[in-house]
Amino acid sequence: MSIDTKTAGRVAKLARIAVPEEDLPKLADELNGILDFMEQLNEVDVDGVEPMTSVTPQRLKRREDVVTDGNQQGAVLANAPDAREGFFAVPKVVE
Amino acid sequence: MAELSKLTIAEARDGMRSGDFTAVEITKDCLAEIEGASALNAFVHNTPEIALSQAEAADARIKAGDAPDMCGVPLGIKDLFCTKGVASQAASDILKGFKPEYESTITGQLWDAGAVMLGKLNMDQFAMGSSNETSCYGDVVNPWKIDDRNLTPGGSSGGSSSAVAADLCLAATGTDTGGSIRQPAAFTGITGLKPTYGRCSRWGIVAFASSLDQAGPMTKSVRDAAIMLEAMSGHDPKDSTSAELAVPNFEAALTGDIRGKKIGIPKEYRLDGMPQEIEDLWTKGIEMMKDAGAEIVDISLPHTKYALPAYYVVAPAEASSNLARYDGMRFGHRAGLSQGDGITEMYEKTRAEGFGPEVQRRVMIGTYVLSAGFYDAYYNRARKVRTLIKKDFEDVFAQGVDAILTPATPSAAFGLGEMADADPVQMYLNDVFTVTVNLAGLPGIAVPAGLDKQGLPLGLQLIGRPWEEADLLNHAFVLERAAGFVEKPNKWW
Repeated sequence: MSIDTKTAGRVAKLARIAVPEEDLPKLADELNGILDFMEQLNEVDVDGVEPMTSVTPQRLKRREDVVTDGNQQGAVLANAPDAREGFFAVPKVVE
Repeated sequence: MAELSKLTIAEARDGMRSGDFTAVEITKDCLAEIEGASALNAFVHNTPEIALSQAEAADARIKAGDAPDMCGVPLGIKDLFCTKGVASQAASDILKGFKPEYESTITGQLWDAGAVMLGKLNMDQFAMGSSNETSCYGDVVNPWKIDDRNLTPGGSSGGSSSAVAADLCLAATGTDTGGSIRQPAAFTGITGLKPTYGRCSRWGIVAFASSLDQAGPMTKSVRDAAIMLEAMSGHDPKDSTSAELAVPNFEAALTGDIRGKKIGIPKEYRLDGMPQEIEDLWTKGIEMMKDAGAEIVDISLPHTKYALPAYYVVAPAEASSNLARYDGMRFGHRAGLSQGDGITEMYEKTRAEGFGPEVQRRVMIGTYVLSAGFYDAYYNRARKVRTLIKKDFEDVFAQGVDAILTPATPSAAFGLGEMADADPVQMYLNDVFTVTVNLAGLPGIAVPAGLDKQGLPLGLQLIGRPWEEADLLNHAFVLERAAGFVEKPNKWW
């Protein structure tokens, strides 16, 4: 599997990172170098092996589905680049 | 009183109790050292007011009696930890200006124990790097120097390793996802411990790869690592992977007696082209453990070779999910927008401006291996290989092995900029001896064990059974005493 410039552009789009058109060939090269390195994993016989979900044998704990925190609007918005009237402000989303 | 910043935690604890010096005196000495060490670029956000007020409170507490061991001990905190009201930006421009409204569980525990915060420490951006060259604050410099070159302090906890080695603080917090505590510790001649996954809470630490990240102490001695680990450990209901286990008195485990213990030497860690000096150091370490009465056994960890490629699937995959939160909306940086730009352009421009090149690369690799059509080929396969790597360790522990001895790094510290033209995979090889431990969730410790022929420190790594940090620390204590490493960098900064 090899990444061409078109795929590199698609990955950048999926990752929501703006990459200028002229930088895509270099990005594709770098990603291919890393993917080549990963290809070694194909040498391993993984038949019947469970993919790891948790490194320590534990079941995720459950709790009551109740409100445990809240009323911190000021703290939640304190670090927002643009907060207005108690909301996060963003560019227009819906036409 | 001079040179108080050179104290170990244990010396400071005992000296403050016997009235030899006060927390305020040690703190002032550290602050003066930090002031004079800007050439190292280790501390990036200094908090002298907080430090002095915490130190005064610590002195009062010690005077009143019954203060915890960490009381009055001045620390540096890696920039990855959220500290309330103090810049916490994971060395990234995307978190520029971010001042958390909350305190990470671990730093909260340290302050409750009376420890003193000197400031925030430089690191590789989002803990992604092995040389501390990906930081938005610029490179950190290793206090060890052998010619006119500036050397890397290792990464990602490079500010922590540099600051502790240069005696700017008594100890520092680090985090370790693939070796980010142990490799910088080895490069600077200090001790670095990565605990068992789940021993220390991850809550309030900026996430890189959640199934691998674990915080730990970076200290001047094994005893200090034991003391500080105890203060950092414990169950936290806010971290669902935090273990509900009692925290032992780790310092009490340092008996220096490892007679009859079985030390495994994994043959797969003997790499082609490994420098002779690393090989010799390893042999020396084996002799030391044998002289202490341990039994040395050859072991095999057959999937070792696949640890790095598995890591470089799993870690970027988790990073791409974790770093999705940096959207220019809720905290940190937002790019300036052009007329007509919508929300997608806001995300894309913000993330392009805010993330450094290595972070962008890893987020995109992670996005790719998780994308439709490749999820099974890369991500699921890597998770299966991870299961096999963990099983390798379980098998040797089942054979009665108590600890595993390996080199900590494949080389001594290299020059800053020397890897600039290498491909990213070359840099990843720094973690070849450490990354297996994260994949298997085990505790590991790097202990300084000697100097190479250029005069740079080298470390050995001990790997322990899960949750048996106490036993691991005792093995490390024996190695430390036998190695007798006391060298310090000559002050040039």
